[in-house]
Amino acid sequence: MDTISNVIGFLPALIKATPLTLLLTAVAGIFGLVIGTLVALARLSPRRILSMPAYVFTFAFRGTPLLVQIYLVYYGLGQVLPGTWVRHSFLWPYLRDGLWYAIFALSLNQAAYNAEVIRGAIKAIPRGQIEAAKSIGMRSSLILRRITLPQALRSCLPVLTGDLIILLKTTSLASTITILEVMGTARMLQRQSLLIFEPLIAAGIIYFTVVFILTRVMNVVEKRLTRYRTAKA
Amino acid sequence: MVATALSVKNIHKSFGSVEVLKGVSFEAKSGDVISLIGSSGSGKSTLLRCINYLETPDEGKITVSGEVIRTVKGKDGKLVAADKRQLEHIRTRLGMVFQSFNLWSHKTILENIIEGPMHVLGMTRKDAVGEAEVLMEKVGITPKRDHYPNQLSGGQQQRAAIARALAMKPDVMLFDEPTSALDPELVNEVLLVIKKLAEEGRTMVMVTHEMSLARDISSEVIFLHKGLVEERGAPSQVMRDPKSARLRQFLQMA
Repeated sequence: MDTISNVIGFLPALIKATPLTLLLTAVAGIFGLVIGTLVALARLSPRRILSMPAYVFTFAFRGTPLLVQIYLVYYGLGQVLPGTWVRHSFLWPYLRDGLWYAIFALSLNQAAYNAEVIRGAIKAIPRGQIEAAKSIGMRSSLILRRITLPQALRSCLPVLTGDLIILLKTTSLASTITILEVMGTARMLQRQSLLIFEPLIAAGIIYFTVVFILTRVMNVVEKRLTRYRTAKA
Repeated sequence: MVATALSVKNIHKSFGSVEVLKGVSFEAKSGDVISLIGSSGSGKSTLLRCINYLETPDEGKITVSGEVIRTVKGKDGKLVAADKRQLEHIRTRLGMVFQSFNLWSHKTILENIIEGPMHVLGMTRKDAVGEAEVLMEKVGITPKRDHYPNQLSGGQQQRAAIARALAMKPDVMLFDEPTSALDPELVNEVLLVIKKLAEEGRTMVMVTHEMSLARDISSEVIFLHKGLVEERGAPSQVMRDPKSARLRQFLQMA
């Protein structure tokens, strides 16, 4: 019985930390989507000067553990930046905070995964639909904006939302660089209470609840945006 | 004198080592309906796709309403469009209808039709919708305006695709085997729409296997064989009394 009441006792502190987890997820999710789209387009470019760096980027970020990336960014940049002009710029007060390094690493990692998914979805768009767009005189940027991307992003939406939910859980790695999101808070509670399991169980409950709600929300969004594929005659 | 709507001169096109078109020319005056016929592999679809540069001809000249598509020679000696913006502008003058409809599947029928007028021609939504409604009525898909392409039969999709092309108010309509992908019972509804357009005096170039359509509405029938014009003329002459043995054989098979 003690365990249950202890777990419940930890919940308020963890709920207070939840917005930070959501912030990390949202910001890295948005940056990941935008950068991932750009990387996907670069990958598909016939120009090697664009496609090669994009290939190296996705290969590197998908080929190494996120934890390694977070450490490299945090300790690496954290060591290099103070020796540069950044030390004296308006950015510095922000850059002392581990949060920015976490967002940076999470965004790029997410971008690498999104890029591959989006690239596949773009390639799967029937050629004929692109030709139809060309045939009415649409320029390539307009085709991209009006035909290719809206369809590609919709068709890979289930995978993208799956990746977003993985991202939500992955933000717990930010706790390793001093960020007190849900996991970081749970570890702090462990140290304060000297209880091993209860803070973790409470954190698990929080993550589970958020994932549950997010899944539901994304299901609705998905249904709405992909009506064109499921609509009955 | 009737103005020349489209002039196609000495078009050559190879895919790798296969020479698909070996110098084909024809002209369409305003109001002409030109049918390109021939067995598969004769180059007729490629020829049609060269007109709006979906395939870039290796050699030759395309003129639409008096404006030549400007080209330069690429490194390999083949042509490339010199000015993308000019090509895009000329493409707005050429409406194309594809064998496989190619409607944009994430947009409703109405959205498919107003896309070009709004985003290429810069019309307001209100004007574009107004014109789209007239076109939908004309091709008989008004009840489907808010449906998505996958909810429509092939015949309905093709009629919607015709409306989408017409919405740009093109000078010339290009039809690439518009009924070949349709179930037999749906062919007629599309043919009726095409006939109606011919009767209105629209300039059209079509690749078709529908010999009765070619006979009924064409001002000129061009029979392609192995990338060259084998025989051409008025349908009454070409189709009733073909001179070349190949065309005679082709017409018997069709």
